[in-house]
Amino acid sequence: MAIEYLGLSAINGPLVVLEGVQDAAYDEIVEMTVNGKEKKLGRIIEIYKDKAIIQVFEGTEGMALRNTHTRLTGHPMEITVSESMLGRTFNGIGQPIDGLGDIISDIKLDINGKPLNPVTREYPRNYIRTGISAIDGLTTLIRGQKLPIFSGNGLPHDQLAAQIVQQASLGEDSDEEFAIVFAAMGVKYDVADFFRRTFEESGVSSHVAMFINLANDPVVERLITPKIALTLAEYLAFEKSMHILVILTDMTSFAEAMREVSSSKGEIPSRKGFPGYLYSELAAIYERAGIVEGINGSVTQIPILTMPNDDITHPIPDLTGYITEGQIVLDRSLYGQSIYPPINVLPSLSRLMKDGIGEGYTRADHQDVANQLFSCYAKVGDARALASVIGEDELSPIDKKYLEFGKAFEQHFIGQDIHENRTILQTLDIGWQLLGMLPRTELDRIDTKVLDQYYKPAEEAEQ
Amino acid sequence: MNKTGIIYGINGPVVYLQGDPGFQMNEMVYVGRQNLVGEVIGLTSDRTTVQVYEETSGIKPGETVTGTGSPVSVTLAPGILNNIFDGIERPLSEIAKTEGAYISRGVSVDSLDHSKKWQTHLTVKKGDQLLPGSIIAEVPETHAIVHKVMLPPNVDGYVLDAVSDGEYTIDDVLLTLQLPDGSEKKITMAQKWPIRVPRPTAKRFPATKPLITGQRILDTLFPIAKGGTAAVPGGFGTGKTMTQHQIAKWSDADIIIYIGCGERGNEMTQVLEEFTQLVDPKSGNPLMDRTTLIANTSNMPVAAREASLYSGLTLAEYYRDMGYHVAIMADSTSRWAEALRELSGRLEEMPAEEGFPAYLASRLSAFYERAGMVRNLNGTEGSVSIIGAVSPQGGDFSEPVTQNTKRFVRCFWALDKSLAYARHYPAIQWLTSYSEYLSELAPWYTDNVDRRFVDYRNQMVYILTQESSLMEIVKLIGADVLPDDQKLILEIAKVIRVGFLQQNAFHQEDTCVPLSKQFKMMEVILYLYKKSRTLISMGMPMSVLKQDPIFDKVISIKYDVPNDRLDMFDDYMKQIDKFYDDVLERNA
Repeated sequence: MAIEYLGLSAINGPLVVLEGVQDAAYDEIVEMTVNGKEKKLGRIIEIYKDKAIIQVFEGTEGMALRNTHTRLTGHPMEITVSESMLGRTFNGIGQPIDGLGDIISDIKLDINGKPLNPVTREYPRNYIRTGISAIDGLTTLIRGQKLPIFSGNGLPHDQLAAQIVQQASLGEDSDEEFAIVFAAMGVKYDVADFFRRTFEESGVSSHVAMFINLANDPVVERLITPKIALTLAEYLAFEKSMHILVILTDMTSFAEAMREVSSSKGEIPSRKGFPGYLYSELAAIYERAGIVEGINGSVTQIPILTMPNDDITHPIPDLTGYITEGQIVLDRSLYGQSIYPPINVLPSLSRLMKDGIGEGYTRADHQDVANQLFSCYAKVGDARALASVIGEDELSPIDKKYLEFGKAFEQHFIGQDIHENRTILQTLDIGWQLLGMLPRTELDRIDTKVLDQYYKPAEEAEQ
Repeated sequence: MNKTGIIYGINGPVVYLQGDPGFQMNEMVYVGRQNLVGEVIGLTSDRTTVQVYEETSGIKPGETVTGTGSPVSVTLAPGILNNIFDGIERPLSEIAKTEGAYISRGVSVDSLDHSKKWQTHLTVKKGDQLLPGSIIAEVPETHAIVHKVMLPPNVDGYVLDAVSDGEYTIDDVLLTLQLPDGSEKKITMAQKWPIRVPRPTAKRFPATKPLITGQRILDTLFPIAKGGTAAVPGGFGTGKTMTQHQIAKWSDADIIIYIGCGERGNEMTQVLEEFTQLVDPKSGNPLMDRTTLIANTSNMPVAAREASLYSGLTLAEYYRDMGYHVAIMADSTSRWAEALRELSGRLEEMPAEEGFPAYLASRLSAFYERAGMVRNLNGTEGSVSIIGAVSPQGGDFSEPVTQNTKRFVRCFWALDKSLAYARHYPAIQWLTSYSEYLSELAPWYTDNVDRRFVDYRNQMVYILTQESSLMEIVKLIGADVLPDDQKLILEIAKVIRVGFLQQNAFHQEDTCVPLSKQFKMMEVILYLYKKSRTLISMGMPMSVLKQDPIFDKVISIKYDVPNDRLDMFDDYMKQIDKFYDDVLERNA
């Protein structure tokens, strides 16, 4: 069925209209040849009788109504997957760009994937040690979780993601098969290069598959880059029983691309011009993390997104937060105080944490310590607000203690070196040290027995 | 022969057919070669619009659509409980058996097991005259629940023949009925009911009984009635899902229908795992025995998400008709509203606020109005309570879904981000939340708990309100400069917040607290307030009062007093008296 259609009836941004097609299916992939040489891929996104509306992945530059040949492929977007894709680099639509030749494999998978049946999911329980106190101690990452980093432009989210990758991959369970799938959507060249170098320096690059769509690559490509990456991740995790960490950066570019395409389709916008199905589309990506019962593999996602104008209520971080199992929020004022990683722990959260910590996983007092640190640090905020009105000197003695605690907490618990890899016990001990700065009566979230065992007032500890 | 139509256009989950093949509005249809399930949502003489409940990728113009002749319906019979369905009542565990880990398209599975034989006890005999909805048989569906087989609400007649007790499948004929028009009808256990049509009832009652949840802030401060409606709005991470889980676990409803509408897959897995292991304190059976889950996770097709709420409601109404008290957890109604918006956008309808269709409000009201305490056609009494989570965009309660929901629910449990950040759970904000049922339920509390209950509750709310206005001043000048009586209010408010409102869902004793203990806790806190106030009025400074550990002791009552040791409260009263005497003595 190699019928080629000559010409188009309209071109509008990334969309073209082809009339007179027969036997075309919704969501089918088409191959287009422009001027007899340049090949482009497109996808049918709407179809009315013999008129198909096609989204062109590589952009419509150079296309004219008369110079394009279109051929239907008869299937939705597929990608060839194989274990040999680890260690390789691809463009945004999964074509190799490292000059090492094509991927050869019999297995082709539909990139849209299929929803995992909740009945066959296994509830994630094993924690991943990242060596970063703010994450391990307060927003523990669990294998099979989707935990995004909410950041802003200019904040060190890339460094943080790279540190997580390095330290998590070098954890105690490194005997299990571990690999990283990295998808970059609309990132700057330097960012992509930073990740490539980091992977090489830490010696994991043979376990990394990179899918790169740079900021100046076609916008429409970005829409399928994460889907391709996740298709590979699911294959490696659930067919080859590997533990896969997926880094998606930057989800904001992905959503912006969706808005661009939606508006050129003339769709009715909902919030801030984003299409009404933004939630469903984001969910279709994030929900592809998890563990399947009876299979020894997992897909863990760390999507990175930059909040436009640092606004956490912007539709992109907002909808993401409703889908993902928590979030790690970076904060500009902490960064301004040279605290790395600048994680604002109060809005940060890991929903799966409660089942993956405590006795048998980390240490019995973990949940108590975390709750108490959160609660005390929230009070630090109140004390600071008060101090800014009436001055630090006028504060009550207990409020002054809180100010001291807050400062120490930010410097010693949250703050750590970019190469520092703390064990979970170290993290908890630092937590207890800090809690020791406060009188015991202030610690209302911890069971009396646990306090008896671990609580040491600061003065006593010094002696 | 069923009617068929020809596809000419496809746009996401919306499919257009050429002309008018004679389908009815809301008729269920099978779309294309893969027989995807769909529903007719628009008819004009030259175009029929169908929404498809499955992914439409790969469908081509020219493929056929076959009608079924009946609206989208659910099958009602034993086997619904202790089960997990998708949005259109397909059992997910059966799909997993045939399709593996993923949900594929066009799966054809029966909603309920047609081969399982149920132990059936007939409650009617030959010669009985039956009214619509009459109970004809009893089947022990799970250890906890007896399923009452009923006539459909639109069938009545004279029993010509009835089988004897025994084991039957849901398709076996139990009765032969002579209808009023003289014709005969065979009655089986199974009946079908269209999901968008409320099941009829005889009479609706006002709310008089609370739905007891074991959660202090709900039962004491903002109670919901059996047959009532409540909304739980909150930004992400504020604990909507936790609140719903807690109510599903511990409330005194007979049946729980948990609808996971456009939410996380792992959450449904968690409910499934936890509810299978957790034991219902009342019956000693696993919680799943009284629970049905409807799972339409966020990555499952959007049209089925829209249908899932109605499917769940219809199942709930069916159990209500048997005389049970049913509670629906809908998590989250915002995802359902977004599904409406998405479909509306595909249909190119004129949008109202924020892109939502103009009929959002009427759909929401139709949904919540299906709740209620009723007398059923067969004379039994039952109720459907709806607790809907709302996920406002950006945590901003002024958005259309929250605002419209507020108009139609009578309980509003507002979750607060700053409370959640400080890990104060449940993060229900006591100043912005409300319950309109309070006055209607007051007689019940007076008769069944204590006549002072409502008075104590109001006193606590008053203290909390005073605290909030004092906090305005404290923010400006600090707490030290306040007079002692106001310092006391701050201190007591702290006791109420930490010792009463905060509740630890992971603590064995604290996760569910009986009303009698809630009352005793209030009593002790208010007694402490009363005694302290007397001391202060005698000129004792707050700093002296606070030297006594009694305040901290009262705060930890929730952990220290087991739920079945209410006698220990007397000791606390004595300790407060002793504290009073001590302070007087030392400072006399």
